[in-house]
Amino acid sequence: MGLLSFIKKNAPEKKTFNSGADRGILVFENTSEVIRAETVLKERGMRVKVMGPPPAIRKGCDLVIEFPLIEELMILRILEGAKVPPIDSVPVTGPLLKPVELFQNKDFGDYLMVRAANMKITVSKESLEIVNVSGGGCPDVPYLAQEMVGKKLTEAPSPREIGHTLCGYALQLAFEEIRRICLR
Amino acid sequence: MLAIVGTVPQQDFPLTEGEVSLMDGKLLISGKSLPVLRGTPALLAASASVSSLLRAENPYAFLVGDIGKGDGSRRLYEYLTGVFPRKTFSAIAFHYLQPDVDWHNRVLFSVEEMTERPLLIADAGFMYAAKMSGQAQQYDLFTPDAGEMAFLADEEAPHPFYTRGFILHEQNIVSKLIERAYLHENASRMLIVKGREDIIATKDGVSKTVREPVVETLEPIGGTGDTLTGIVSALAAYGIPLEGSAVAACRANRLAGLLASPTPATQVSEIVARIPEALERIIERADLHLTLMP
Repeated sequence: MGLLSFIKKNAPEKKTFNSGADRGILVFENTSEVIRAETVLKERGMRVKVMGPPPAIRKGCDLVIEFPLIEELMILRILEGAKVPPIDSVPVTGPLLKPVELFQNKDFGDYLMVRAANMKITVSKESLEIVNVSGGGCPDVPYLAQEMVGKKLTEAPSPREIGHTLCGYALQLAFEEIRRICLR
Repeated sequence: MLAIVGTVPQQDFPLTEGEVSLMDGKLLISGKSLPVLRGTPALLAASASVSSLLRAENPYAFLVGDIGKGDGSRRLYEYLTGVFPRKTFSAIAFHYLQPDVDWHNRVLFSVEEMTERPLLIADAGFMYAAKMSGQAQQYDLFTPDAGEMAFLADEEAPHPFYTRGFILHEQNIVSKLIERAYLHENASRMLIVKGREDIIATKDGVSKTVREPVVETLEPIGGTGDTLTGIVSALAAYGIPLEGSAVAACRANRLAGLLASPTPATQVSEIVARIPEALERIIERADLHLTLMP
């Protein structure tokens, strides 16, 4: 056994959050919806599996679908398109956790910025053009910025339509909030 | 040499590795050209600017196209597990990648197989995966913003989107968030918390705060966090001690912003163009030129 292997073998076990830390659970009304949803998602190449619900889930039927939590936005869009939306979507490690509900607005005079969780969107008050998208860490954020910046709030594609991840989802919330403020 | 691992927002951009240079405002890698937009390209451009100024080696990038589906990131993760054990880098900066705990752990294991352990820096999606995996303490530097710091502080949250409200409310007291993140072992050896004040901290608490110059309009500009991570990565890879690199990077990034006379509509490429001048001024002011320049 080489020295490196020996050290690795005898090294203290590293703390591991747990293997489900990046997984989420989709909850449905009944098992036939679960089966339909699983079929649709697997046909689209999504990495999902059907399992029993954890004890903290107190609604829905006795089967749930486990999915990659980061890809929640894309998965919900697929299920809504197939007319089999879940009644809830929660993280495996914290079924009681809810998406952020806090928005922070910052007025820059001619511009307004709205932040939801880790995502920020800024528009020109006069032209209603999206001038910047910042924050976030998932790979759809630079893509969303590329597709949205330079377009008016009324014309820009929504992150719900073209985003894929939880960062995209957070940007969707910020987008809805800034639209609510600017287009009222 | 600094290695940078990340994605570009083009679905068809192939998995590519190679030295990166910045020429006429464009990034060049393996015969391909990329615009300096927010995300990993902004980080690369900032690092390339700093390396050029220091007359150091160009950064070396591992890139793939990914628009959020995660397919590109997973291909890159798999590739890295094969090549990392045979590579030598002084630092590796992981950036916009689809957070995936299983792949994160495999990549980290492949890093541990390298002959010499590089400095490990994580930002954006890979930092999220590092925290979720419970391996945050394996990293030398994370560079969160205020929202991401709240996520690191929340031991329950699997993503900033699920950060609990009572922790988000504490975000104005960043030192408490830092303390909580270290308490639950969800922070790297050192943190740079990017914000109105840039805060540098370790498990012992806040060590440095960079407040000047104040440029309020940098916050809405997408990519200004990426440039900060790019600058500190290049300085640290060059051999500057991590805290000194962090302070110099925070100052230089702010000054580059100021020099660009930004509005909230300014794009990050305009700030990248000012990084060499800003860093030169910081080096002169801090009388660090003998340490930094060859």
